[in-house]
Amino acid sequence: MSNITEKEVFFDEMTLNMGPHHPSTHGVLRFVLKTDGEILKTAIPDVGFLHRSIEKIAESLPYPQFFPYTDRVDYLAAMNANHAYAVAVEKLLGIEVPERAEYIRVLVAEMNRIASHMVGVGSLASDLGAFTPFLFNLRDREYLYDYLEEMCGARLTYNYLSIGGVHRDLKQETADKILKFVEQGIKNLDEFNRLIAYNKIFLRRLAGVAVVNKKTCIEYGIVGPNLRAAGLKYDVRKDQPYSIYDKLDFDIPVGEAYAASDGGVIGDAYDRFMVRIKEMEQSYKIIKQVLKEIPEGEIQAKVPRKLKPPVGDIYVPTESARGEMGYYIFSDGTDKPWRLKIRTGSFSAMSAFEEISNGYFIADLVSAIGSFDIVAPEVDR
Amino acid sequence: MESITNSLIQSWGITSSTGAQLVSLLVMLAFSAVVLIPFFLPFAGITSWLERRIAGRMQSRVGPNINGPQGFLQWIADGVKAMEKEDLMPDDADKPLFKVAPYFVFMGVGATLVAIPFSEYLVLSDLNVGIFYIISVTSFVTVGILLAGWSSNNKWSLIGGVRSASQMISYEIPTALSILTVVLLTGSLSMQDIVKAQGFWPWQWHISNNPFMIVMFFIFFISALAEGSRTPFDLPEAESELVSGYNTEYSGIRFAMFFLAEWGNLFVIGAMTTVLFLGGWQAPVALQGSIWNTPVQFIIFMTKMSAVVFIVIQLRWTLPRVRVDQLMIICWHYFVPLSLLSILAVTIWMALSYGHSALELGMSIFSAAIWLYFVFLVLFRAVRNFKKTNAKLNLNFLE
Repeated sequence: MSNITEKEVFFDEMTLNMGPHHPSTHGVLRFVLKTDGEILKTAIPDVGFLHRSIEKIAESLPYPQFFPYTDRVDYLAAMNANHAYAVAVEKLLGIEVPERAEYIRVLVAEMNRIASHMVGVGSLASDLGAFTPFLFNLRDREYLYDYLEEMCGARLTYNYLSIGGVHRDLKQETADKILKFVEQGIKNLDEFNRLIAYNKIFLRRLAGVAVVNKKTCIEYGIVGPNLRAAGLKYDVRKDQPYSIYDKLDFDIPVGEAYAASDGGVIGDAYDRFMVRIKEMEQSYKIIKQVLKEIPEGEIQAKVPRKLKPPVGDIYVPTESARGEMGYYIFSDGTDKPWRLKIRTGSFSAMSAFEEISNGYFIADLVSAIGSFDIVAPEVDR
Repeated sequence: MESITNSLIQSWGITSSTGAQLVSLLVMLAFSAVVLIPFFLPFAGITSWLERRIAGRMQSRVGPNINGPQGFLQWIADGVKAMEKEDLMPDDADKPLFKVAPYFVFMGVGATLVAIPFSEYLVLSDLNVGIFYIISVTSFVTVGILLAGWSSNNKWSLIGGVRSASQMISYEIPTALSILTVVLLTGSLSMQDIVKAQGFWPWQWHISNNPFMIVMFFIFFISALAEGSRTPFDLPEAESELVSGYNTEYSGIRFAMFFLAEWGNLFVIGAMTTVLFLGGWQAPVALQGSIWNTPVQFIIFMTKMSAVVFIVIQLRWTLPRVRVDQLMIICWHYFVPLSLLSILAVTIWMALSYGHSALELGMSIFSAAIWLYFVFLVLFRAVRNFKKTNAKLNLNFLE
């Protein structure tokens, strides 16, 4: 009797295994949950199920041949991953990319950002039990994928960018179709918002859940929309512009406690949701500008057949759909990188879960995972 | 029913009471086998097909359309597929409980059909405690789900089962309280008496007796959704949180049992709402004595019920689900006090209006006008939005 403490009797913990095969972990993630009934004590993320040694593979491949692997780093925003790698290698080699190619790159990157955010906000809605908004977004994403397919022949993993440019030129009829879709896409986004974003149940489910403040974000290196939802106006496209982003006019939406009427605070799950919605609007705006201003000209710079960058290292941050993505490349002067390290947004977001999940419900962890827009392959590479 | 049993007992020359009971039991079983199961199963099946078609329409996709005209026979294909599947059972499951759990759920839903009046004469048994009987047998569903959750030996199932138990027990209170107002108005627990106390026209229904009955209607409808674990209250089987809740470990025909019960439950929600608030089978008085009376009554009942079922399906494919604490807050902070208040108000109104039939009629018409205005508003908005989006949303803009 004496060795049973009050704590053991009344505060019995249950260890729950969430994943690797759980419907709302979006791929192969695992959380070890310690719960008291439905209330979480801790949620410890366990990553590595999708580790494919992409960084190690890079060491045995010449620079151009690594492009298909960058697609697989983040399959929902493969163009952005392509872009990040291309920018880094070009800076290492000192290659000037033709202007038309830069415009096409930004166009496809923003299209892919919209497609990725569509899945992000849609799957958050479907995690909360509303399946219809998700399918509305998938319907719209199909159009974007159709246009990307017209441009590069693939729908998910494109391998479209090359070092010094892009593989194929943008046809005028594709550009017209995209411009037509942008008008429609903004309306469809409005439809999506009317369906789910202002729904009272949805607001109440997300308001005040999994709050991440600026300090936590900086401590854990949370980037992208999740960081901006915490109120910090940091976007690589604005603050360290690459490609042609410094020529374009767009805003950086930040979290403003959009669900304040229902008890929301800055940096809660609803802010992260809303920042993504607003970012999609901005991306539509960027696409419009790019299609209006796109110049004629070359799409591929003159690049030597065998790429041998000088000895040295480089890291160029870019803004992927899930935040800052960058390739740290260490070159030893041969045609293969000596070491390549990928910095992704989902991985740093995963590390914060242990701190932010304490005290919420199991259902809130599901909305937290959804609102962080975690993509499992990006976590593990 | 009783007349059939009595005539059988007399013609077979049975005198002992045990024999008579046995005969009546046999008749009951035969009746339920012949009438209920063939009615219940297709209804649940057709509802499943209908739900998937409606969902398809709502989500800009097609839905089942291969088997039979417009995919009408999809539910048979699904049933056969479920039967062909391997009946898996976890090693550490509590096997007897695991096996028996789906039947509890199925029975809880199926047994309600006994007391539901489809027309003036089409009712299996007009129990004098009909509504009480229905509340009681639906508790079997809770028992079944709790058993399934417990016996699966899976923590997710267990959470689903416990969620279900707490949810259904909580929501039984507002349900029962809202039914109580109807019973107050009728003065009887019998389902037929409840219907007979209403009339064909909307202002004769219980919902428009006085404005508080509209409140009670909404409380009843939402609580019935929660009791039937329909979205936005589908927490016991929340597929994105609890994998699949209490039925995670089930496969094959046992799983199909759970799902048939779920769609059968839709029918029960629709039928109960119709009987209690929306006038049941009441047909125009002019038809009385005509040969068309019973078919018309049946059609009226089924139409009203289908309308309610359609709304439930539409809600499911529109709304996200609430959280478990919000679920309890809705019940205990809002519904229970509100329904107690409404009971008080209804009683006061009944006492005040007693004997003043003109006053009662005036209030009924006023109250009917209120809810019909809301119905009109919803339809108006739907039509307007449809027209608006049709103009804006041209999905074939590529051609």
